[in-house]
Amino acid sequence: MPSWPAETKYISQPTLRVDAPPKVTGRARYSSDTQAEGWLYGMILRSKWPAAKILSVNLAPARQIPGIKAAVVVREGEFTVRFYGEEIAAVAGTTKQACLDALRAIEVKAEPRNDFAVNENEARKDDAPQVWQGKPNVAPGRVRERGNVDHAFGECAAVIEGFYTTPVQIHNPMETHGNTVSWTDDGVTAWASTQGITSVRDGLAGALQLDQSKVRVITDFMGGGFGAKFGAGVEGMLAARLSREAKAPVRLMLTRFDEALAVGNRPSSFQRIKMGALADGTLHAFEAENYGTAGIGAGGDSGGGGGGADIPMPYLYPVPNSRVKQSAVAVNAGSSRAFRAPGNPPASFGMESAMDDLAVKLGMDPLAFRLKNDSNEVRRQEYKIGAEKFGWKEKYLTPGSSPGPVKTGIGCAGAAWPAGGPSRTTQGEAQINPDGSIEFRLGVQDIGTGTKTVIAVVAAEMLGLKPEQITVKVGDTNYPPGPGSGGSTTCASISPTVYDICQRGLQQLQNQTGIADARGENWFAACKKLGVNPLAVHGTWIEGLSNRPAYGVQFAEVAVDTETGLVTVKKVVAVHDCGLIIDTLTLESQINGGVIMGMGYALYEERVMDDLSGVVLNPNFETYKLPGIADVPEIEIVLLNMPERGVIGIGEPATVPTAAAIGNAVANAIGVRVGSLPITPAKVLAALGKVPPVAQT
Amino acid sequence: MNDPEATGGGAFSRRTFLKGLGTTAVAAVAAQTTAVAAELEKVNAERILGPGPVPVTLTVNGQRLKLMLEPRVTLLDALRNYSSLTGAKEGCDRAACGACTVLLDDVPVYSCQKLAVEAQGREITTIEGLATDDKLSKVQQAFIEKDALQCGYCTPGFIMSVTALLKQNPHPTVDEVKHACAGNLCRCGTHPHILQAVFQAAGVKTTNKTEVIHA
Repeated sequence: MPSWPAETKYISQPTLRVDAPPKVTGRARYSSDTQAEGWLYGMILRSKWPAAKILSVNLAPARQIPGIKAAVVVREGEFTVRFYGEEIAAVAGTTKQACLDALRAIEVKAEPRNDFAVNENEARKDDAPQVWQGKPNVAPGRVRERGNVDHAFGECAAVIEGFYTTPVQIHNPMETHGNTVSWTDDGVTAWASTQGITSVRDGLAGALQLDQSKVRVITDFMGGGFGAKFGAGVEGMLAARLSREAKAPVRLMLTRFDEALAVGNRPSSFQRIKMGALADGTLHAFEAENYGTAGIGAGGDSGGGGGGADIPMPYLYPVPNSRVKQSAVAVNAGSSRAFRAPGNPPASFGMESAMDDLAVKLGMDPLAFRLKNDSNEVRRQEYKIGAEKFGWKEKYLTPGSSPGPVKTGIGCAGAAWPAGGPSRTTQGEAQINPDGSIEFRLGVQDIGTGTKTVIAVVAAEMLGLKPEQITVKVGDTNYPPGPGSGGSTTCASISPTVYDICQRGLQQLQNQTGIADARGENWFAACKKLGVNPLAVHGTWIEGLSNRPAYGVQFAEVAVDTETGLVTVKKVVAVHDCGLIIDTLTLESQINGGVIMGMGYALYEERVMDDLSGVVLNPNFETYKLPGIADVPEIEIVLLNMPERGVIGIGEPATVPTAAAIGNAVANAIGVRVGSLPITPAKVLAALGKVPPVAQT
Repeated sequence: MNDPEATGGGAFSRRTFLKGLGTTAVAAVAAQTTAVAAELEKVNAERILGPGPVPVTLTVNGQRLKLMLEPRVTLLDALRNYSSLTGAKEGCDRAACGACTVLLDDVPVYSCQKLAVEAQGREITTIEGLATDDKLSKVQQAFIEKDALQCGYCTPGFIMSVTALLKQNPHPTVDEVKHACAGNLCRCGTHPHILQAVFQAAGVKTTNKTEVIHA
């Protein structure tokens, strides 16, 4: 059985990100920076109706605009659009300005439908307009039950009922979705802003009816995805068709506006939770009904409520008697997509809010209540370490007892990410040159998590070289295949693969050169003995070096101004188990990022739909607020290094518990629960009875 | 060139706007306003550009960049799409995210909200112009050492904002740094490391509180 070295020089140390220099100098070429020879600008015309039958699209006037080289319709003949922003047509031209003019010139004849539903609670009504005609908006609920719930509630010493809601959240990576696509007789090359070069390749090949070997996808640098960038998307297909027609590469990047409409989001959740515990604080009964929307459905082909809105319930804690009913609601809005730890942040918010509410009712300290009920040994250890560092005991006051108009409060919450772990089919190769230089090629992509750095660190460790001596190439489907970057799987997939490549390389070097141990100071001598031909080594993921799942707990301290309702996060302590840590520096960055994204979910972010017009009201950064540098609290991180567990990804768990911890801290500060994310000043003041509650549509 | 935006009936040119002001809106000061409007109209008549491409000369990172651009082309568009300077990024194209930040005579501006024709005669500095003779600037170096970036798409904008700050105020307070970066968004959540990097670049030692426990 292979194992990681016990003593390490680079693994578990802070190593500078290997691709930082091109990123700080502007040399890094992102997908949206692609300037392929003779490239054209591409743009999409989107539906201005939330529901309509498109009767005809006349592209002729657009083609008349000087500089326009191609124009295509999404589908021939009549077709239906089901949300504001659905794609109708696209143009390609020599300038952005020509494209803007051309989009205005396209003539669309449509029969708009005035009956549409964009909000979950409207769409759930029996007489609601059907998003998918002939299919009810609410899918038949799924019910899971264990034990005897109805009987068990009678045995409880304390029971709480709460309604906890979370909004539709938009990914909003800083680089929008899009591609530059070149389609010639030789095939298709796509420079894609993607988390999955292989899935983009296969998606394009399928849609364009090309051999997979005729499609190449390249992603040297990309500007974030968070789950929304796994496929080529409608925009990728349109760019390809435009390229075919124009006989030139087409760069089609979405606008910021488009990002809010058509390329994914986190489903909402409306969780009605009833939960009870025995007198000693043991959770005994749990009942929940949850619904949420994934827009028109996951991928648009699953009518009648679509999938993707279910969440894991009851979250984290084993409850012997539970009944959970969940259903998804279709609305006239863009489909959801995977979003960092799908299902988990909303589940965490509902469950962990209910936990604190029940602890209050039982008269227990919320942390003690968790330790009583959380059977997970890793998380228990994390709670103890975090509580010490955070000063839980010293800081904890009974809810609402903080003096003065600006009240402080604390809260905590736990995380689980069971879906991580490796992709077992990951492959890679290295070319070892006679001059001792070595290049690794893996068909993965670095979405900002430090994938290239991980490869360099593992290779340097195994070969006795320095990370800067390792050349790393990723982001090209011509390299051996690797997984999409999602679900905290990449690190656990590539680290064992690089390990295997290195072991095979060393073995082959020994076979060819007779040098028994080619590592470290022997490296260059051994490589020199290769003679003229470099050595090419292929490796695969191997068992025993990676693992799942990951857990984690976070503590938050907030100040709530009870006169303005403003919540300020003062401090977050994040304690996360990481298996064998590869690079403490990039890991720290990723945990900071998870916390800050969770803070946006807690306090600022929400897609707002307009009932009357069916449009997204906040499709830009002025009105869809992301946390800014002035909002960010002091974040203290504790990393649990557990080498014996092997390598584990951390991207998802870092963002799971933040919103729940902040929500609990707010409740602790003001003594009353704000059960709806984002926790805006208006909701805080309403919870305090100072203003009327915001109507929930 | 068929250009509905520039010639269409609904378009409000500066001239028609000024005319409108002069004749109806402010009758009380009509004489004076009309005189001003007439004067402006005269000046503008000589300076009307477009709608077709016009020659534009930009001074970017000390180099002259001669382009033919429609007057409505933004500075960001000119850099990214009419030259190979793609370091400034487009994140929103509406002055909200800061990824496109460049320096105009040492002042950080959103290049997506500046027309290229307006930037003529100014010293434009982009992220590509910060390193001299392949030697990184202090800010760039600090961003690397503190890992003040993840996907890196917002990084050029942050670095330009920070560069401008430190040039004007070499020893900023935390609040001053936050204020200087308030116009830059980062979705990966790199802010704590950006703060550390700014202070490192300013020569202030920062401590990292992260703790690794071998469990």
